[in-house]
Amino acid sequence: MISSEESNLLKKYLPNDDVLTQCMHCGMCLAVCPTYELTKLERSSPRGRIRLIKSIAEGTLPISSIFVDEMNFCLDCQACETACPAGVKYGKMVESARAVVSQTSFGKTFSGMIKKVLLNKVVADHRKLKLAAKVFSFYQRSFVRRFLVFILSLSKRFARLKEIESLTPEISSFFSSEMLAERESHPKAKYKVAFLTGCIMDVAFAEINKDTVDVLKEVGCEIITPQNQACCGSLHAHIGEMERGLSLAKKNIDVFSSYTYDFLVSNSAGCGAFMKEYGDFFEHDPEYAEKAKIFSSKVKDISEFLAGIDFEQKLHPINELVTYHDACHLCHSQKVTEQPRNVLAKIPEIELKALDESTWCCGSAGIYNVVRHDDAEKILERKLDNLEKTGAKIVVTGNPGCIGQLKYGIKKRGMEMKVMHTVSLVKKSMLDNK
Amino acid sequence: MTSAEDKISYSYDGTPLLYQLPEAVIFPKDIAQISSLLKLANEEKFSVVPRGAGTGLSGGSIPTENSVVVVMTKWNNILEIDQANLTASVEPGVVTGLFQKEVEKLGLFYPPDPGSMSVCTLGGNVAENAGGLRGLKYGVTKNYVLGVEMLLPSGEFLKIGGKNVKDVAGYNLRDVVIGSEGTLGIFTKILLRLVPLPTKSKTITANFDKILNSGKAVSELIASRITPSMIEFLDKTTITCVEDYTKIGLDGSAEAMLLLEVDGRGSIVDEDAEVVVSILKKNNARNIQIAEKMNDALRLKSARRAAFSALARRKPTTILEDATVPRSELPVMIEKVKEASSAYNVLIGNFGHAGDGNLHPTCLTDERDVKEITNAHRAFDFIFNEAIKLGGTITGEHGTGLAKKQFLENAVGKEGIEFMKKIKSVVDPMNILNPGKILSISPRCEGALPQKRESIPDFNSQQHSH
Repeated sequence: MISSEESNLLKKYLPNDDVLTQCMHCGMCLAVCPTYELTKLERSSPRGRIRLIKSIAEGTLPISSIFVDEMNFCLDCQACETACPAGVKYGKMVESARAVVSQTSFGKTFSGMIKKVLLNKVVADHRKLKLAAKVFSFYQRSFVRRFLVFILSLSKRFARLKEIESLTPEISSFFSSEMLAERESHPKAKYKVAFLTGCIMDVAFAEINKDTVDVLKEVGCEIITPQNQACCGSLHAHIGEMERGLSLAKKNIDVFSSYTYDFLVSNSAGCGAFMKEYGDFFEHDPEYAEKAKIFSSKVKDISEFLAGIDFEQKLHPINELVTYHDACHLCHSQKVTEQPRNVLAKIPEIELKALDESTWCCGSAGIYNVVRHDDAEKILERKLDNLEKTGAKIVVTGNPGCIGQLKYGIKKRGMEMKVMHTVSLVKKSMLDNK
Repeated sequence: MTSAEDKISYSYDGTPLLYQLPEAVIFPKDIAQISSLLKLANEEKFSVVPRGAGTGLSGGSIPTENSVVVVMTKWNNILEIDQANLTASVEPGVVTGLFQKEVEKLGLFYPPDPGSMSVCTLGGNVAENAGGLRGLKYGVTKNYVLGVEMLLPSGEFLKIGGKNVKDVAGYNLRDVVIGSEGTLGIFTKILLRLVPLPTKSKTITANFDKILNSGKAVSELIASRITPSMIEFLDKTTITCVEDYTKIGLDGSAEAMLLLEVDGRGSIVDEDAEVVVSILKKNNARNIQIAEKMNDALRLKSARRAAFSALARRKPTTILEDATVPRSELPVMIEKVKEASSAYNVLIGNFGHAGDGNLHPTCLTDERDVKEITNAHRAFDFIFNEAIKLGGTITGEHGTGLAKKQFLENAVGKEGIEFMKKIKSVVDPMNILNPGKILSISPRCEGALPQKRESIPDFNSQQHSH
């Protein structure tokens, strides 16, 4: 059946029988799974995928191209975890299955290699990421891009490539990590917070990082932004590069624990979710168990932090119809749903309109919208339909991936809607509308 | 589809412990395709197993040996909502919860609400005669089926019923096929009855320090000449697990909890709510609360719907049963379940539609622990026997399928089974449609012998069981 090498891989990465048996296949996850909704095939559902993983673990099913495709088709949005009454940790199962896949010949495909190079060599090293971003930024601003887009638009065959090209986030004119001081002291500091700049946020959404720091200062925080902080590791873990993800996690634990702070604030839902899990990852690591637990206990999403403190008196009216899209890694992974809405509701005169299926993935899902572009498009369409129904002028959300994806979709459909991070709207109300 | 991956992912439904790989999985495009498949099955002697969303709890849609699974989930169009006649015509793959939302937009109401309604299909509901929380006042699926269009095991097309409120032309075939668990035909269209949507409802919760008092309160409520739309019961184990999942503030220190709803129009709802509250008080309920907001009420009800799966938080394998007794006997039955739990040393979480006398004692166990599973089965034997002694039945709403087949004779008697077998063998002489569910038919002596090597063991085992 399977080689001993493969069997060792399975033992090393796949969850043990206790975890796999916890799924009692009731099917409650089917209703919320975006990929099951697309195919209506049981194997594209969380219940089906768990059964396939279980069969692989038991050795009754060899790792096959269909299996690999299903693991990659999954958005890892974890809506099923919210829906699962039995509390099955599906996300971890899929991530571990991807870890197995990436070690086999199926991981050595062209797009698999691109993913690995991109994430292991570039994103994992912040200096290289910034260098790459600078090169890319030059490309975005130069004639080269206009020329390439022109060439791509010549033939229908390149339509898809052209779409993917337009998905790439505009590189910011400045990098937040270069602008932020290691320590922003505050004369009457009420809280001492550490700040994770994030990789994508830093180079593509630097303004949001700036807004975050401005808001934190305004509400009375001393802010520590360690200059040698690493990528949180989430992007690696989600595509199955678990080892790399964990080594980055260790680095962050080391870096941040050399400072004293009350909370570690993140404005990227994906980073926050992953850092909250460090404690679980290193549970059995004698050296890191305790440190990781403390590290994770201090992590807070910016909306979570703001919801817990008092700053209403600093807000000025914003008279707009606003809707809120739940980022998967905030609502499903971190279970943060009420807090951002409460924070927005504090803004005077704001009118909040509920978004139908607000917790349904937008299709961004890390780099899913690039590597599985066609599937992501279908999922995005559903989100755009719901957004249109609200009639809102601004859609607020809490994750860079969603912001990029929604901006792309809204532009493509020609809708009049602005996409903003929760913290940016707070900043607008706090400082711009004075 | 015949890939190993597809066979694996259609080898199970919501039933614990049971699974079987099919030989192929088919998503039929039209009636003609299903019809030719059935005809071919009769010629080539393979089985056909119809399936909706696969959330059943008695094994109705688990493949049999040498079978082809016919998945109906892509037949998911609502064909017509007739507001003049209060009927709706649907394809069998329409999801129950989505259908309810659509008709409620028009001020109409489709009451049957099984726990899996966000996923399960109307076709599956009709095949299993599914119940739900609102059964007490509104009845179950069969009370809302006006007609069906179906393919018989022979591949022939049959239309039953219509939009008439009254219709006594001939045998009532509708009630024969409702709850037939996919053994008599494959539905292709369903005509449903709708009712006006109640304009007002009140959801009430109450905790009890003694489980017996909750049972007594239910019996008294039933006898009090009011009809709440639901009376749901949860024991301590269930309350704790549901709270762990939903975090909506249920009181884990209570021995039992009742969740009740009264609905209707105008002041009657308030009057009924007062009667409910006074009966609850009389039976020593504490912390009686009326959910103020619509949202709170919805959250309470969906928390209750998740009860079965939430119990899996405690132990990986949850074997859920469906014993039902006349409502006056409910307090006794609740005690019997407790007795079974201690006598056979298994953890049982108990909850259910108390107002219908329909309990779901759920054994929390681990499929890998053979001894415990054996004990669980013994405990359920005990519970079933007690239910029948009290004038009850082995299954209220989940169906017989594979899981309760061995207990069927106790519930319906030898003659009952014989009559069912006669129906099955006339409608499906080759026994190709979902064979072995509800009951086993052995081929008659003059019947065809197996034509393929693979079907010999199957044939032999049927001969032996005869």
